[in-house]
Amino acid sequence: MAVSNPDVTGHAPSVGSRGRLTEISDDLITQCMHCGLCLSVCPTYALTGLERSSPRGRIRLMKSVQDGIIPVSGTFEYEMNFCLDCQACQTACPAGVKYGELVESARVLIESRRKGFSLKKFILTNFVAGKKGLRVAAAVLRFYQKSGAEKILLPVLKVLMPGLYKRAGMLPCMSDKFAIDVLPEMLDPKGEARGTVAILTGCVMDAMYSDVNIDTVEVLLENRWRIATPTGQVCCGSVSAHSGDIELAKSLAVRNIRDFEKTGADYYVVNSAGCSAFMKEYGELLKEDPQNCARAVEFSARVKDFSEFLYETGYRKPTTKLGGVVTYHEPCHLVHAQKVSGQPRAIVNEISGENYRELNEATWCCGSAGIYNVVHYEEASKLLERKVENIRACGAGTLVTGNPGCMAQITAGVKNARMDVEVVHPATALNRLYKSDRKT
Amino acid sequence: MINDATKHKLRDIFGKVNLLDSTEDRIAYSYDGTPLFGSLPDAIVIPAAVEQISLLMKLANEEKFAVVPRGSGTGLSGGSIPTENSVVLLMNRWDKVIELDRNNLAAWVEPGVITGKFQSLVESHGLFYPPDPGSSQICTLGGNVAENAGGLRGLKYGVTKNYVLGFEVVLPNGDLMRIGGKNMKDVAGYNLKDVLIGSEGTLGIFTKILLRLIPLPQTSRTMLAFYDSMAGAAETVSSITSARIMPAMLEFLDNSTIKAVEDFARLGLDTNTGAVLLVEVDGPRSAVEEDAAAIEKICRKSGAKAVRVAGDEAEGMKLKAARKSAFAALARIRPTTILEDATVPRSELASMVDFIETTAKKHEIRIGTFGHAGDGNLHPTGLTDERDKNEIRRVEGAFDEIFRRAVDLGGTITGEHGVGLAKKKFLESLYDTPFIRFMKTTKEMLDPNCVLNPGKVISVSPRCEGALPRSREQIEKALGRMDNPSEAYF
Repeated sequence: MAVSNPDVTGHAPSVGSRGRLTEISDDLITQCMHCGLCLSVCPTYALTGLERSSPRGRIRLMKSVQDGIIPVSGTFEYEMNFCLDCQACQTACPAGVKYGELVESARVLIESRRKGFSLKKFILTNFVAGKKGLRVAAAVLRFYQKSGAEKILLPVLKVLMPGLYKRAGMLPCMSDKFAIDVLPEMLDPKGEARGTVAILTGCVMDAMYSDVNIDTVEVLLENRWRIATPTGQVCCGSVSAHSGDIELAKSLAVRNIRDFEKTGADYYVVNSAGCSAFMKEYGELLKEDPQNCARAVEFSARVKDFSEFLYETGYRKPTTKLGGVVTYHEPCHLVHAQKVSGQPRAIVNEISGENYRELNEATWCCGSAGIYNVVHYEEASKLLERKVENIRACGAGTLVTGNPGCMAQITAGVKNARMDVEVVHPATALNRLYKSDRKT
Repeated sequence: MINDATKHKLRDIFGKVNLLDSTEDRIAYSYDGTPLFGSLPDAIVIPAAVEQISLLMKLANEEKFAVVPRGSGTGLSGGSIPTENSVVLLMNRWDKVIELDRNNLAAWVEPGVITGKFQSLVESHGLFYPPDPGSSQICTLGGNVAENAGGLRGLKYGVTKNYVLGFEVVLPNGDLMRIGGKNMKDVAGYNLKDVLIGSEGTLGIFTKILLRLIPLPQTSRTMLAFYDSMAGAAETVSSITSARIMPAMLEFLDNSTIKAVEDFARLGLDTNTGAVLLVEVDGPRSAVEEDAAAIEKICRKSGAKAVRVAGDEAEGMKLKAARKSAFAALARIRPTTILEDATVPRSELASMVDFIETTAKKHEIRIGTFGHAGDGNLHPTGLTDERDKNEIRRVEGAFDEIFRRAVDLGGTITGEHGVGLAKKKFLESLYDTPFIRFMKTTKEMLDPNCVLNPGKVISVSPRCEGALPRSREQIEKALGRMDNPSEAYF
């Protein structure tokens, strides 16, 4: 670390926290007492059986890099990116090792040493983080699906580029319109509002599942919340941060803070688990930014995941119940990163009446993990197969889960296995029941 | 270091992909669950067949390198820590349950089967495999047999050795030997089975294990009793046993441990309590209710300020899982947890706990104690930071005294973790000379070149720790290597 950059507060720099990620924190590393309990829940260790693909092994590799015993080698880089960052290990770790922070620090370290052009970074910066780029990409994909080009191109891809062909098959149907373009800045419920919530429409969620955003709004309205949709909102920054581009993530966070604050909302409700998890960390992310740190802490305190918010503030229980066997898949960024597990389960249990059946390994990653299923297609597919087999054994006709990545991944998985399983967001499930309540 | 010609031969045996020797892989197998110990192996091999293991042992004898068997690497005495000049033999992919024989209540398993998965499997058939080490979610049955692992159900059900009917084992010279079978009685020949169980990977490599099963108890009940001090908890333990009640589990946690566990598991435990007893009774429904009521009464009579009975099995499971997390949860207080395993006769429990507290104060260190109260098996855990060398020395000083005291009280230096590297220096103070000689002779006879997990449990010859440097240049080179961090990593 540069000597010419003294800590303004006079304290020792808190290396390894999200604010300053040029090194991996020694304290965080030492916290791991290598007992091995994390191995039992690690999906990548389950795939390879190799210690270096386990949280404990990766932490030891980080320590070795930190101590100068090994360089940031190809193997090191591979293992850090092979990790799904699902954080199941963090739930399992009695010692309280902050593994997520560690692996993200390691990725920042890797990216900071990369020279030259990175396609991944280019795509993330221009097509995910920038709303305009995302619109262009979504429009192209929509055209590709709707014009019939998909039908013509897929067989060609199958022969010429089988890798891309398999990945293209995973793509869910694009939304016709972005919810953010349709939703007014403020929407009032019927009757007296209980308060105001601002919603994040998200990037992936809005591009692929804008219906879920509409369902989210309708469910919140039904429960008498006033809805604000900040129009200047951008990507939450999680994809950038998880890929090691922390500076981009910070600038996105600052923009969102500014835009959400303007609404004066009591809560910020987010229906993508990956986004809610990251937005709850803005306080930590910006803690060394004197201008924004206090606002970031305040911001994060208002962030609630959709199911967490509904359960904790109370919601009208629909009288109609879902038909058939219903199960629940826990998104990693909800159960492990946010420790939100009982709340969505209670909701799903409630709306499925007698038909709820527990999914074996419900807390195991489905392999989606942000852009993991694109970058590590083969490994992600094995995890998906494991998930699909558990769904088959459970016999569910409906699987509820609250994250667009998981929804797309599992939908592709069950479709591929020719299983008749519908994957729905809790907001969609609830809204459907509210609608049929109104009919009866 | 193992030379390239030998590595070539290893590659011929195992195939290119099953021989790992990158620095990253060597680092990833340089440790197990034991604090403070570690050393780099020269390579890691992943066998696919018994024949490969035999060939490996023959090659090790010819080329004089060490072989260190490893399961999941959760051991707590350094049993799977590589020695100098060694190859790690990774058994975790041998994870098939070969046969579940419901007529003979027995199961053939491969050594890499995860203990917890095996328990779930047999329980789904109404059967029971009682040994239940704290790391059951990830430790392997092969490792359990090699360490004669204990766990939470020792009091009523015993330990791993009580459930081993037989096995196939590769001896240090590469021979494959089969011991035992599905007979409930078998006295043909010496009881060699019990020599190999708990041999900590120094006498043989288990390749197939035959385990005994029992019927699954009809039901169970778990409860927690909270005390102001350890004295009340200890009194409860002796009252329960003298009332001729045999709980399946009788565990205790001291105040530091309760705080750490609550911080992790969030069960709503009262953290201002001096000691907690976790009791489980199992068996037929009527007996369980009777025993549970009697135990609750005893707890209150011995000064328990509160008794919490788990509402259902799910809550009971949560309480037990929390107890199992104790060792690692203590790392929330200080990052390095030096877990020990001193065991005394049950009647000396209170006196031993007192002594541990006094010793911790004397050496100005913090010790959290929990353990299997019903077995007299304590886990005093030094809470420290490996970067503070002074404090580590004080912790070691305190444990020296604790072990000596345990032996004086008629106890032992390790109840279930094994001797390995961590408790080797105390072994000779525990046993008389003929015992030690018996052990050494056995090791020398089976493994004359000392190639199988050398330096663990006992030292038999200098060769065990690797070849001694002979010439001046070799000594210089050895010293030079110490300056090169990639070679002398620890």
